[in-house]
Amino acid sequence: MSDKNPYERYNRQVILPEFGTDGQQKLLRAKVLVIGAGGLGCPALQYLTAAGIGTIGIVDDDVVALNNLHRQVLYSVNDIGLSKAERAAGILRQLNPDIRIIPYNERLTTQNALQLFDEFEIIIDGTDNFSTRYMINDACVLMNKPLVYGAISQFEGQVSLFNQPLTGSNEAVNYRDLFPDPPKEGEVLNCAEAGVLGVLPGIIGTMMANETIKLITGIGEPLVNQLLTYNALSNQVFVLNLSARSETRSLIPKNESEFLKTDYVWLCSSPVASEEIDVDTFNGLIEKENVDVIDVRELHEIPSVNEFKHLRIPLAQLGDNTWSIKAENVIAFCQSGKRSLQAAKILNGIFGNSKKIYSLRGGIIEWKKQQQTV
Amino acid sequence: MLSLMSLKIIMFGRLADIAGNAVSVNDVTDTDSLVSELNKKYPGLSNTKYVIAVNKEIIKENTPLNKKSIVALLPPFSGG
Repeated sequence: MSDKNPYERYNRQVILPEFGTDGQQKLLRAKVLVIGAGGLGCPALQYLTAAGIGTIGIVDDDVVALNNLHRQVLYSVNDIGLSKAERAAGILRQLNPDIRIIPYNERLTTQNALQLFDEFEIIIDGTDNFSTRYMINDACVLMNKPLVYGAISQFEGQVSLFNQPLTGSNEAVNYRDLFPDPPKEGEVLNCAEAGVLGVLPGIIGTMMANETIKLITGIGEPLVNQLLTYNALSNQVFVLNLSARSETRSLIPKNESEFLKTDYVWLCSSPVASEEIDVDTFNGLIEKENVDVIDVRELHEIPSVNEFKHLRIPLAQLGDNTWSIKAENVIAFCQSGKRSLQAAKILNGIFGNSKKIYSLRGGIIEWKKQQQTV
Repeated sequence: MLSLMSLKIIMFGRLADIAGNAVSVNDVTDTDSLVSELNKKYPGLSNTKYVIAVNKEIIKENTPLNKKSIVALLPPFSGG
């Protein structure tokens, strides 16, 4: 059956005049690496497999969880606990046994990225964190590979095609031309914290597959030097024009050995642990300039504090009220020193290295006690 | 003083959560003064990361604005 007409499976796209057998042959010869077999990766993989991309690599070190299923539509309840890369490969091979699908059940790191990218022509970023996104971007710039980018948050998505010059130009825009430096942990919420409408990655991931197919076959206008944003609630689509920045090149490792030495996880994290301080240190600090003291207890809690200036932000409201914290040094206190530790953790997550965060050990109880004994 | 009531400001992602979607700012003539006005009006924006586009072009430096300008504030998304 398929011996007679190798394009039977692809008939409905081959009969498109713009596409033809020529377009199909280009797809069958293409090698595409999909990083992340999650919300964006699942629909992208499904359509790329169905369309007949000849070689598809899948990188993911995660396993399927129940709370993935509302958006990661390749998987079923039977897959819970199993490797996403392996399961996706198995399911996709049933969809299209005529192409090559290679699962990589491992985490993408600086140590394996360049070697892996070398095997493929186009890289698709469906990951869920900034450290991997910046690493993928930099590796694509270093290796001169086009990068199909998609990212989502709550009800909105972004799509672009990076590192692909316009025809006749050799200037290509990359992710760092848009956002030069990674945000620190907590500056931007991820899906686990912010939530995401299940159908949104379906739409954005499908757009990523579409951009990939357009790029390979040369039809239409892929999102070169453009960023498309989509809002699932309003159906608003906004396309922004991007241009290269001269300083971007200096942010990207210059060669393989610099890339291998770059710690992308560190670039995006806030390694400073919050510091617990005793009453004496506390009293010393509150005398200084540039210190904000925050009572994270509920407003009705006693004893009340009139002895020193402080802000009152109950722990539950802290995340939404960090704008009122202006000083570079922040000391949280509560009744016994437990909630203030949590508060310090939250503040560290939000401010990262930009502020020094302290928690008063023993809380206001201990502080009052020591003032009486003096 | 020139009034720029009709300057259009579009907030994306978390920025819309902080400032809402009907943001208006009066009497700004460039993006730097727009940012400082927005920070006064919506202090939560000052510690949030975003890029600015004027008339659908991502800008790299202070850019003049007029009544017809469409300004978009766009945060990075990490989700996948």
